[in-house]
Amino acid sequence: MNLELLAIIVGAYTLVTAFLGWLGYKKTRTAADYLVGGREIHPVLMALAYGSTFISTSAIVGFGGAAALFGMGLLWLTALNILVGIFIAFVFFGRATRRIGAQLDAHTFPELLGRRYRSRFIQGFAGLVIALLMPLYAAAVMIGGARFLEVQLKLDFSLALFIFAVVVAVYVFFGGLKGVIYTDAFQGGLMFIGMAILLVGTYSHLGWLGSHRALTDLATQVPAALQAAGHNGWTSMPDLGSPLWWQLVSTIVLGVGIGVLAQPQLAVRFMTVKSGKELHRALLPGGIFIFMMTGTAFLVGALTNLYFFRKEGKIALAMVVDPATNRPNIDKIIPAYISDAFPEWFGYLFMLTLLAAAMSTLSGQFHAIGASVGRDLYQQAIAKGAHQDRTIPIAKLGIFFAFAATVVLGRNLQPGIIAIATALFFGMAAAAFLPAYVSALFWKRGTRAGVTAGMLCGLATWAGWVLFFHEKESAALKICSALFGKTSLVTGSSWAVIDPIVIALPVSALVTVTVSLLTKPCPPAEGPEKVSARTERQKVGDAVGV
Amino acid sequence: MGFGDLGVTLAYLLAVVSVCGCVFYSLRRWNDEEEMPVRQHPLDEDLEFEDEI
Repeated sequence: MNLELLAIIVGAYTLVTAFLGWLGYKKTRTAADYLVGGREIHPVLMALAYGSTFISTSAIVGFGGAAALFGMGLLWLTALNILVGIFIAFVFFGRATRRIGAQLDAHTFPELLGRRYRSRFIQGFAGLVIALLMPLYAAAVMIGGARFLEVQLKLDFSLALFIFAVVVAVYVFFGGLKGVIYTDAFQGGLMFIGMAILLVGTYSHLGWLGSHRALTDLATQVPAALQAAGHNGWTSMPDLGSPLWWQLVSTIVLGVGIGVLAQPQLAVRFMTVKSGKELHRALLPGGIFIFMMTGTAFLVGALTNLYFFRKEGKIALAMVVDPATNRPNIDKIIPAYISDAFPEWFGYLFMLTLLAAAMSTLSGQFHAIGASVGRDLYQQAIAKGAHQDRTIPIAKLGIFFAFAATVVLGRNLQPGIIAIATALFFGMAAAAFLPAYVSALFWKRGTRAGVTAGMLCGLATWAGWVLFFHEKESAALKICSALFGKTSLVTGSSWAVIDPIVIALPVSALVTVTVSLLTKPCPPAEGPEKVSARTERQKVGDAVGV
Repeated sequence: MGFGDLGVTLAYLLAVVSVCGCVFYSLRRWNDEEEMPVRQHPLDEDLEFEDEI
C-alpha cells in the first residue's frame, strides 16, 4: 500500500470537505439557515444529503457482511428502504413535514412535534431522548471512521477518533445545516461512484447471468450450524419462523426499514426545501442512490461466498475467522473481498467511500444532537422560549456537547458495538417517535396527552425489551445477568430473537390512539401564517380604531 | 434470475420496481406544484377558520 498516495488522497478529500463547510458558513445568516438550511436547498443536494446521512459505513461494511452470512434475503431491506425510506418518506411524510414545518416555523424534528401539540414537554422530552441516545449511534459511526484512519493511515486509535470527530465537528459547528448538506452531497457523490464500480466489477468478474445460479448451487456449503438455525443457502430465505428468519426479518429488515421514517436527522432534511415540488424532484436521485448503496452492498456481500469458494475453496465466513476468538468477524468480509478481488487503486477509492459514508452520517448526527440540546432542550423546554435572538450560539454549544459526548463514548465503548448501537437507535426512534410523528402529520384526532403517553410507553417498552428480553442486547448490556442471573428472561425461546421494534412500536401506537380517543383534542396549533395574519388584522384594526 | 426461492426473487423484483416507481413518479410530477389535499391536516382547517374571521 502506498501510504503517501493515500495520505494525499485523504488530504485532498478533507480540503474539499473543508471548503464546502466554509461555503455553508458564508451562506449562513439566520437561525433558519443554521438549523434548516434556509428552507431553500436544491432537491438533488437534499436527496444526496438524505441518502448519505442514511447510509453509514455500517450499512455498507456491516450489512454487506451480514449479506454474506444471511444471503440475498437482505434485498427485502433494499426494497423497504426504497419503498418506505424514500418513496413513502418523500411523497407522504416529506411533503407533510415540509409544509407543516414551515407553517409552524419548526426548526427541528422535536420542535415540529412540540409546536404541533403546543407542548414544551413533548419538544423537550424528544430533544432529551435524542441528546441521550443519539451519541451512542454517533459514537458507533465515529468508531467506524476512526478504525479506517487507524488501519489505513497507521494512526493511534484514540488520535484517529479525535481527528475524525474534530474535522466533522468543525464544519458542522461553523457551517450549520447548509455546510452539512453541501458536504453530504459531495460525500454522497463519492459513495455512489465507489459502489457503482464495486457492483460492475463484481458481476464482470463472477459472471452477469450465471453468478446467481452458481451461488444457488453453493447451498450445500452452508455450515451445519447455520443449516440447523434455518439457513437454506445464499439465494433463499431462511426457514419461516427459524431463529435466522426472525433475526433477518425483525431486526434487519423491519428494524432498519421502518425505523428510518422517524430518524430526526433525516426528517429535518424535508424542511430544507422550499416546496413539495422539490421533494418530487428529489425522489429520482434519492431512489437511485439508495438502490445503488444497499442493493450493491447486499448483492456483492452474498456473492463474496462464490468469489472465495472459487478462489480458495472456502465460503466468506471461513475467510475471516478471528484467530483470537476462533469466530468469524463478518465486518471484515467486504474489506477482505475488496483487497483480494480489486486492484489497489480501487482499494483507495473504496476507503474514501467508507470515510465519506461515516462523515456524512456523523455530521447529520452532530447537527441533530446539537439542535436538540440547544434549541429543544435548553432554549424551549428549560428556558421557556427565551433567548430567541441567540439560537445559533446556543445550537453551537449543543454541537460542542455532541462532539464531547460522542468522543467520550467512542473511546470507552466495547468492540463490536457498531451494529448493536445502530439497531438500538433505529428501534428506539421508531418506538418513541413514529406514532407521534404520524399523528402530528396525518391524524386530526391525535391529542397532546395521547402523543405524550405514546412516546413514554414506547420508550419504556423498548428499553425494557432491550434490557431484559432481546438477548443480543440484554447479554451485551449485562443488566439482566446482574439482576436475574441469565442473559435474557426468555432465553432459549423465539421471543429472545424478536427485535424490540416488533413489540414497542405497536405498544406505542396503541397507547397513542387509545389515550387520544379518551382525551380532548388539543387546541389548534398556530403557524406563522396565522400569527402574521392576526398581526396584520390587529394592525388594520388599530389603524381604524377597532 | 437464478435465485433459490420465491422470497428472494420477490425481494429483488420489488427493489427494482420500487426504484423504477420512484423515477417514473418523480418525472411525472417534476413540475407539479400541487400540495397535499388541504383537508388532511387540522392546521388547514384552522387557517380557513382564521380566514373567515
